[in-house]
Amino acid sequence: MEKIRSGELTAAECVSSIYERIRQFEERFHAYVTLTEDQALKTARQIDARRQRGEALGSLAGVCVAVKDNICTQGIRTTCSSRMLEDFIPPYSATVVERIEREDAIIVGKTNMDEFAMGSTTETSYFGLTRNPWDPSRVPGGSSGGSAAAVALDEAVLALGSDTGGSVRCPASFCSVVGLKPTYGLVSRYGLIAFANSLEQIGPITGNVYDCALLLNVIASHDPRDSTSVDIHRKDYTESLEGDIKGLKIGVPKELIGEGTDKSVVSSVWDAVYKLEEFGASYDEVSLPSLEYALPSYYIIAMSEASSNLARYDGLRYGYRAEGSDWFEVYSRGRRTGLGPEVRRRIILGTYALSAGYYEEYYMKALKIRSLIKRDFDRSFEDSDVLVGPTMPLPPFKIGEKIDNPLALYLCDVDTVSVNLMGGCAVSIPCSFVGDLPIGLQIIGKPFDEAKILRVAHAFEQNTTHHLRRPLLTN
Amino acid sequence: MVEKRLISEKEVEHVAWLARLELSQSDKRLFTEQFNEIIAYFKKIDEAKTEGVEPTYHVIELVNILREDQETPPLPREEALQNAPKKEKGYIKAPKIV
Repeated sequence: MEKIRSGELTAAECVSSIYERIRQFEERFHAYVTLTEDQALKTARQIDARRQRGEALGSLAGVCVAVKDNICTQGIRTTCSSRMLEDFIPPYSATVVERIEREDAIIVGKTNMDEFAMGSTTETSYFGLTRNPWDPSRVPGGSSGGSAAAVALDEAVLALGSDTGGSVRCPASFCSVVGLKPTYGLVSRYGLIAFANSLEQIGPITGNVYDCALLLNVIASHDPRDSTSVDIHRKDYTESLEGDIKGLKIGVPKELIGEGTDKSVVSSVWDAVYKLEEFGASYDEVSLPSLEYALPSYYIIAMSEASSNLARYDGLRYGYRAEGSDWFEVYSRGRRTGLGPEVRRRIILGTYALSAGYYEEYYMKALKIRSLIKRDFDRSFEDSDVLVGPTMPLPPFKIGEKIDNPLALYLCDVDTVSVNLMGGCAVSIPCSFVGDLPIGLQIIGKPFDEAKILRVAHAFEQNTTHHLRRPLLTN
Repeated sequence: MVEKRLISEKEVEHVAWLARLELSQSDKRLFTEQFNEIIAYFKKIDEAKTEGVEPTYHVIELVNILREDQETPPLPREEALQNAPKKEKGYIKAPKIV
């Protein structure tokens, strides 16, 4: 990326080389739903012309970015990987898109995802699944699987994903790249197609920690168009990467690394903790007892919010419209055909959890547990600077292995969802390999402590080589 | 397998109706089976002690964001309509409601 920013490579050359990779690998891995080569080249030439004239350029000048297909891009089809939005062309751009474009980044395409971001494997996309660059017979994780695969395949330099219960961190872990879920309120959600408003954030997916900090610098902003965007001073996150981690206190929650975690993941995470100790940090095992209830609580809250959010897809103003004799038929039939099974399941379960007679038992109870989880995290952060654990309880698994058992898939999110419930930040970085399969380390921070978790991530990265390993892409 | 059914096919049908979601016969059967398994797992939260605990709807203090009520240029009509599957004479065409 330095070569692009310094002008050693022209933006047009960059776009061309990215598209060479896309032509080479896209058929096999399918990271993208929509490619925007013509527009990307046009933008690149404009940037090169401006550079020649000596004009000042933005901090991402000429950098090729892949954008998850639930983030609105004006004039570029935005599908959420759903038949419902197959032909939807947003008349406006998300704030994050405006911000990266203002910094002269080039959008090379829209990436594949689980339909409406509901999934952890990118298998529920209406446009077909994405394959893991490290082993094409395995899932890339999800729901931002296309974004993570694109970065791992060098089909993009940087990518944007969204994380409602782990959807940035999970594919980052499975594809051996860096993925950050920012603190709730740090990044504007304006133009992010809603799934569960109180949980989700847009986050960077990148090849290394420096790039992650750089992209976070651009997208972290207060936005009056998002009423949950927090008005605080944003830092230069690249500056905070410098410095060591001597004296830093790490907590290792036993609930994140206990029962149900694959042995190879447990040993990889402990090795990483010992490494961090070598670099000057100290660690303690800690306990957050309420995390035991995090997963069911998360799913109840996320599904409830989804059932309300997705009520907007009536096929009138936009989206798939079915034929029918009256409004009820057009609406309910359009949703049957326009939405895939996982989305339909979640709408029904969410409606159930919110319906009379069950509201207290499920939705209200889950919200109370959310308070307990937040309290447990607050207490932990009194003694620990950061918490460390696995991102995923298992290495990337086979395509088709879990897709027919929704509950088994939900259980994969056990280590990520609690961060969305408490609203803090977490980053997944490559920490090990089991054979050729990547394992991710999750570093969790309290709200607005991105600088600290990125410093820990950077210290680990600078002293290890996992992030340099590339997938073996034989043709 | 779950012994006592937590949700019946009839209930699934009713909730789907509340959600305005048409179900096929095979979906009804499959979803009922899957929902019983999922809800049985959700019931784990019954064990958690939450007496006197306030719910957390949102992790940050939400305040109303107000702005001046000023006119700004609206989205042009063609753009506002460009994604509508059915339109007529510059309007969105809705199905019969009553």
